[in-house]
Amino acid sequence: MVRSGKNAEHMIRTKSIAFKLAFAILASSTLLFMIIFGYNYAVTRNMLEEKIRDSASNMMYRVANRIESILKVAQSVPQNLVYNLENDPAYDYETIRKLLYTSVANNAEIYGAAAALEPFVIDKYTPGFVAYYYKSDGKILSTWLDEKNSYFLSDWYQIPREIDRAVWSNPYYDESGGKVIMATYSVPLHGIRDGRRKIVGIVTADVSLEWLEAMVSSIKVGKTGYGFIISRSGSIITHPVKSLIMNETIFDIAEARGDRQLRDIGKEMIKGNSGFAPSTSIVTGKKCWIAYVPLSDSGWSLAVVFPQNELMSDIIELNTIVFCLGILGFIVLLAVIIYISHSITRPISVLSRTTRDIAKGDLNFKLTPVAGIKDEVGELTESFIYMRDALKKYIKDLTETTAVKERMESELRIAHDIQLSLVPKIFPPFPNNEEFDIYAVLEPAKEVGGDFYDFFFVDETHFCVVIGDVVGKGVPAALLMAVVKTLVKTYAVETKRPELILEKVNKEIARDNEACLFVTVFLSILDIKTGDFAYANAGHNYPFLIKKGENPEPMPKAGAVAVGIFGDTVYKSDTVNLSSGDIVCMYTDGVTEAFNKNEEQFSDERLSVSLKACMLASPKDIVSNVLKDIRSFTGSRPQSDDITMLILKLN
Amino acid sequence: MQEGLGGYRVSTVIELAIGKGIPYTCEKMNSVPKKIAKYFLCTALAVSVFFCGQSFCAEKNLKKVSFATLWLPQAQFAGYYVALKKGFYKKYGLEVTIVNGAPDNPASSLLESGKVDFSVMWLSAAIEKRSQGIPLVNVCQFLQRSGLMLVAKKSSGIYEIADMNDRKVGLWSAEFEIQPKAFFEKYGLNMKIVPQAYTVNLFLRGGVDVASAMWYNEYHTIINSGYDPEELTTFFFYEHGLNFPEDGIYALERTLGKDPDIARAFVAASMEGWIYAFEHVDEAVSIVMEYMTAAHLPATRVHQKWQLERMRDLAVTDGSYKGLGVLHKEDFDNTAKLLKESGIIKNIPEFGSFRKECGTYDKN
Repeated sequence: MVRSGKNAEHMIRTKSIAFKLAFAILASSTLLFMIIFGYNYAVTRNMLEEKIRDSASNMMYRVANRIESILKVAQSVPQNLVYNLENDPAYDYETIRKLLYTSVANNAEIYGAAAALEPFVIDKYTPGFVAYYYKSDGKILSTWLDEKNSYFLSDWYQIPREIDRAVWSNPYYDESGGKVIMATYSVPLHGIRDGRRKIVGIVTADVSLEWLEAMVSSIKVGKTGYGFIISRSGSIITHPVKSLIMNETIFDIAEARGDRQLRDIGKEMIKGNSGFAPSTSIVTGKKCWIAYVPLSDSGWSLAVVFPQNELMSDIIELNTIVFCLGILGFIVLLAVIIYISHSITRPISVLSRTTRDIAKGDLNFKLTPVAGIKDEVGELTESFIYMRDALKKYIKDLTETTAVKERMESELRIAHDIQLSLVPKIFPPFPNNEEFDIYAVLEPAKEVGGDFYDFFFVDETHFCVVIGDVVGKGVPAALLMAVVKTLVKTYAVETKRPELILEKVNKEIARDNEACLFVTVFLSILDIKTGDFAYANAGHNYPFLIKKGENPEPMPKAGAVAVGIFGDTVYKSDTVNLSSGDIVCMYTDGVTEAFNKNEEQFSDERLSVSLKACMLASPKDIVSNVLKDIRSFTGSRPQSDDITMLILKLN
Repeated sequence: MQEGLGGYRVSTVIELAIGKGIPYTCEKMNSVPKKIAKYFLCTALAVSVFFCGQSFCAEKNLKKVSFATLWLPQAQFAGYYVALKKGFYKKYGLEVTIVNGAPDNPASSLLESGKVDFSVMWLSAAIEKRSQGIPLVNVCQFLQRSGLMLVAKKSSGIYEIADMNDRKVGLWSAEFEIQPKAFFEKYGLNMKIVPQAYTVNLFLRGGVDVASAMWYNEYHTIINSGYDPEELTTFFFYEHGLNFPEDGIYALERTLGKDPDIARAFVAASMEGWIYAFEHVDEAVSIVMEYMTAAHLPATRVHQKWQLERMRDLAVTDGSYKGLGVLHKEDFDNTAKLLKESGIIKNIPEFGSFRKECGTYDKN
């Protein structure tokens, strides 16, 4: 594992295939799901929002129309009064009194009506007056004010007078009735004064707005939706939170909440615009939409608060379900991915583990190809099984070959041991003997080889020297060598004649020679008194005879085929007389048939030259010189046959 | 706020004539304010019991003092309500009763008639009274800067002084007229003057192009009737050499003569109340709101907060409480000179007899 998570790429790279697969597929499908989910949510949300907006504006316009129609009835009262007064400008107190009384009496919607005049309009003695008729306990009462009550500064008088337009006052609490909200509609009264048309007074009607509250509170949207009305200056006229009514403006609320959005909505509302905007509910503090329409004549504005979460609950529910299904889908997908990737990686992991076992040398693992599955992993498994079997077979073969080789090598080693143990190795062998010097060497080759030599005194004057080469390998050859050596020793004592010894030995060997082994033997007996050197040859190389001061010559031929081939072979012998300084050099074919790298043999000629070069030396030196020559001739080429040399020199 | 008071005023006028005489605001008192009132009564009782237990002797020696505000409870007088509520007056050995002034029961009359010992008055009004021979004395000039201003809508094309020429301007009567008229004269403006009532509705509805406003009151009402400050053009009189510092504390000469220590204690406790209010705005606004509710007034917290914060701006002009309550001779001279020029007073009262030093706040 990575020590820290700083290298995410490295982490990914070190994760399993199953993880990478799951990560990649899940990441991409999550992205896809999120895009689809988001798009779906946005579209359905917009559709619903549009629908809500439509139904909102329908509902609001219905309520607004009802409110306006009621207000219009109230407006008509002072409008009619003004119409009557302007059409009959010669009005007096009595006319005004009667008109006001009739208006209040005949209009159930009207709480009271007043006519207020500019100074000296009614006559040149009156600096101003107000006639006011109002309902009280089912009766119609009246009251009078004069200019001392400074009604000129009242909003209901001053505003329509200054702007020369009929206006609805801001709603106010009825001072006598208690909790009833009232509003006054004021209409300027015009007349001709000093030849000019000008405002001569204001006619008003007071209306109870009790019904307004009821009508607005009938607006129900969801559980927490509600309607409210604000005046032209933003004052709350109706609202479910009663403490706000006539107490705060929408802008006060916005300031207290630090809600710039609400302030902007309020500004749009008092401008007489209609709209639909997101906001936060004053009642619940949750997200909502506010839809608003102007109540045109009054300059007031009706707003409806739509609780967003409630109206969106369907779509939220739908999207929650879609989301949950998506999550469920992901879990299923994850399970499928894990299953599939495991079905791919499990055999691979098994293979990986198995490979490690193979590396350790365990080939006896179980590996079952998944039946019926012919995918890449199945093929890999089969290839692996094939490889395993091939390896097993190879190793088995190798083991067998190695065993055979080892057996052979051990046989050869035994044979060599026998071979070497059979030849005399102590020189000089007869330290007290002065008649001759003898020296021999046997350098066994690795594989092939069956050379041997031996020398012994048959009696006090006869010295037997024998050299041979068993054709064959291994222990049988070595044993044959031993047998031949023993037989030679035995028969030499009996006859002292080389040809007879060979014949007898041959007869013995050939008799039970089922293995068809045969031996070349050169056998000689030296009479140390006379110097007669009798010899017989059975298929062996003829030794070189070096008479003192002469060139080396091969011995004259006297012999027959190798021992062990035919049982009845008759051998011949010959005798040369040796005198002091004469040398006999016996050798095996390993000497003359030593190869160099050009496949050339050392040959009799080279041996002859080599011997000539050192014929005055002692037998030991002659041997070592000749061996040196052979070595320099063969070079690095390995020795292919036993090299055996025996030098006999008469003193 | 002012809209409500306007409503009150209109209905009072009508009601008085009709003979009922009950201001509508009385009817606003529903169960909640009653409960609050009860709660305060209990609290007040508990507090007084506590104080009796703590310092019975001191309680016995409290000097009774009455004090009239210019108007019904609002943050314009927060310091006095806080001083009362937080026991600062008691700390200074006073037992203070606050009386609300009103248009039909002006604080100046209450003071003049000896019904109260101290009252809030505007400097200009006090100079006028003094020149008329009424022996009132300035013991503390709380506001250092005039909060009176003119407001116009940019939408009506008014961006600078010259734009106001030939436009309709709403003016309050009496001492409220002096600065605007001097202003118009100074800049050679020919204005159509319309008497302005206690609401800004005439302005909001376009009845006048320019309205009189107190910075701490009507200006905020206009803003919270839907006009952003950027949509308004404002003219502060103090920026045009017409600084009539307003709210100050006044007493009759004879009250001072009887026991000058009372005035010192009253001024010191009041200033402590104000500083506490400035430094604990929310708590002070809550205290003011309690008095408003008790007086059955519609109370809007954001408006009262604005008012208190602007009072601080007008009272603490150099960022330090040092010198709070000082009447600068320069401001007195300017105001008196303009009053004389406009014919309101004939003689300028002598500064030395008009102003009696009763200690200023000397901490930073």
